[in-house]
Amino acid sequence: MNARNLVIIAVLAAAVVLLAFVPSFTNGYQLSLAINIVSYTVLATAWTLFSGPTRYVSLATVAFFGIGAYTVAVLGEQLAWPLVLLIAFVIGFALSLLVGLSTLRLSGVYFVIFTLGLAELVRQLVTWYEVNITRTLGRYIFLDVTHAQIYWQLLALAVTVFISGWLIQRSKLGLALRVIGDDEAVARHVGINTVMAKVVLFAFSASFMTLAGAIMAPRWTYIDPAIAFNPVVSFQVLIMALLGGVHRLYGPIFGVIPLVMLFEILLAKFPNHFSILVGIAFLLIVYAIPRGIVGLIEGVQLSLRKAKGAGA
Amino acid sequence: MSAPLLSITALTRRFGGLVAVDGLTLEVRPGEIVGLLGPNGSGKTTVLNLISGALKSDAGSIQLRGKPLEKLPAFRIAREGIARTFQLVRVLGSMTCRENVIAGLAFGAKSRWGKEAELASQELLARVGLASRADVMTSELTYIDQKRLELARALAMQPELLLLDEWLAGLNPTELRDGIDLVRSLRTEGRTILMVEHVMDAIRSLCDRCYVMNAGKKIAEGTSKEVLSDPEVVRAYLGDADA
Repeated sequence: MNARNLVIIAVLAAAVVLLAFVPSFTNGYQLSLAINIVSYTVLATAWTLFSGPTRYVSLATVAFFGIGAYTVAVLGEQLAWPLVLLIAFVIGFALSLLVGLSTLRLSGVYFVIFTLGLAELVRQLVTWYEVNITRTLGRYIFLDVTHAQIYWQLLALAVTVFISGWLIQRSKLGLALRVIGDDEAVARHVGINTVMAKVVLFAFSASFMTLAGAIMAPRWTYIDPAIAFNPVVSFQVLIMALLGGVHRLYGPIFGVIPLVMLFEILLAKFPNHFSILVGIAFLLIVYAIPRGIVGLIEGVQLSLRKAKGAGA
Repeated sequence: MSAPLLSITALTRRFGGLVAVDGLTLEVRPGEIVGLLGPNGSGKTTVLNLISGALKSDAGSIQLRGKPLEKLPAFRIAREGIARTFQLVRVLGSMTCRENVIAGLAFGAKSRWGKEAELASQELLARVGLASRADVMTSELTYIDQKRLELARALAMQPELLLLDEWLAGLNPTELRDGIDLVRSLRTEGRTILMVEHVMDAIRSLCDRCYVMNAGKKIAEGTSKEVLSDPEVVRAYLGDADA
């Protein structure tokens, strides 16, 4: 490890420590905005972990996020908090393995549609269960968790996601996924078990999303299937990741921060036109900056370097 | 005569009503370069796809050192020791040349990773004449260099059997000479190669033996000289001699 890397690590560690103090100098509204940002950072980065290198676009984000929230709604008051999180993680992992094994043989648009359908299926199943078995559609979550605690847990989760992502990128699994993203036939013919590689990473990505949902649950106090499994969340995560740039692990942050702010403003000022404005934002992003903000910055850097090289 | 490395018996594959490969039987012995010839659409590439597991056969057997391959998925066949190149060259477009070769090094039976893979990739790139291009993105390579890179990736897997699918097609005369020299140098290393090829110069100078297919069936086998002068082969390529 060279000096430059050490400096980067030190700066990042310092940034995390600084971020940990956010609750002590923000008011309630600002903290809630910070929670949104960190929560979407976890979701968009976990999404990118899988969808970035493989280019499999998943719209199942909210299925896992919602399952995390429901795990807390059902078990939150009965078990110790770390145990609840552990169970949420295990459920998310198991479900995503199941989903992965049955669907990751699909590719392209079939996979996209399946994941969208999956999120809807889970929502309908939970609704059916609540209506027919428990006889009440909604659930209350009365847990003694402060917003600052939610924020710290999300921050810790975000750090875990980044470290895992960094380790995966440097591993054989990371290379395998990039090969799959470039050309799946070549991947198979160089000896990559493509199904296994995709399933394992999909499961990791989904478990992080499940944990994010579990951590966020106490913030709502009331949830029902329409809130916990709101498909707009999946689309928002997708736009944020695309705006930031999915070919770098840190890319999504650059999309999360401006878009969380934008959505906040849109919701406050144009609550009735929210969906259509989000749709327009989506179109603009895909047309104007297909490689995301990070891709844009790298492109400018590259052409500056070339111009400099030509001038010298 | 040594035991065959690859033996294919009565291999058949249909696409709907079309029998693309019809009861093909062939062998490749260790250290041989064997040519698989035939007019367009005669089923040669399908044979390579069946051997490498890209397609599944409908009937017949494929054995490597006596071990049946026909039921294995492609990635297992690759790990058993069969590497291939593709008819339409397939390099990994978002990566550098070095990373392309490392993709070949990392996942085979004799997997190499980290420092070891970096060193090995440099050696392999030098082997195919791309030593100076290790950090170049593959999208910037010329066609011949992409072909060289694809070969380096296949060699990275240390295959017991190398399948070349028209690896020499589309090259200009100078490139072709370099390409033939490169394949010949693989023979001196003792590699075993099964190649689909149309370029007659290459077949004459490289192949120990050839099989010729037409409409999915084997119509001739023997040394390159024998098969190229076989009347039925001439007829398959050029049509009936009615002149």
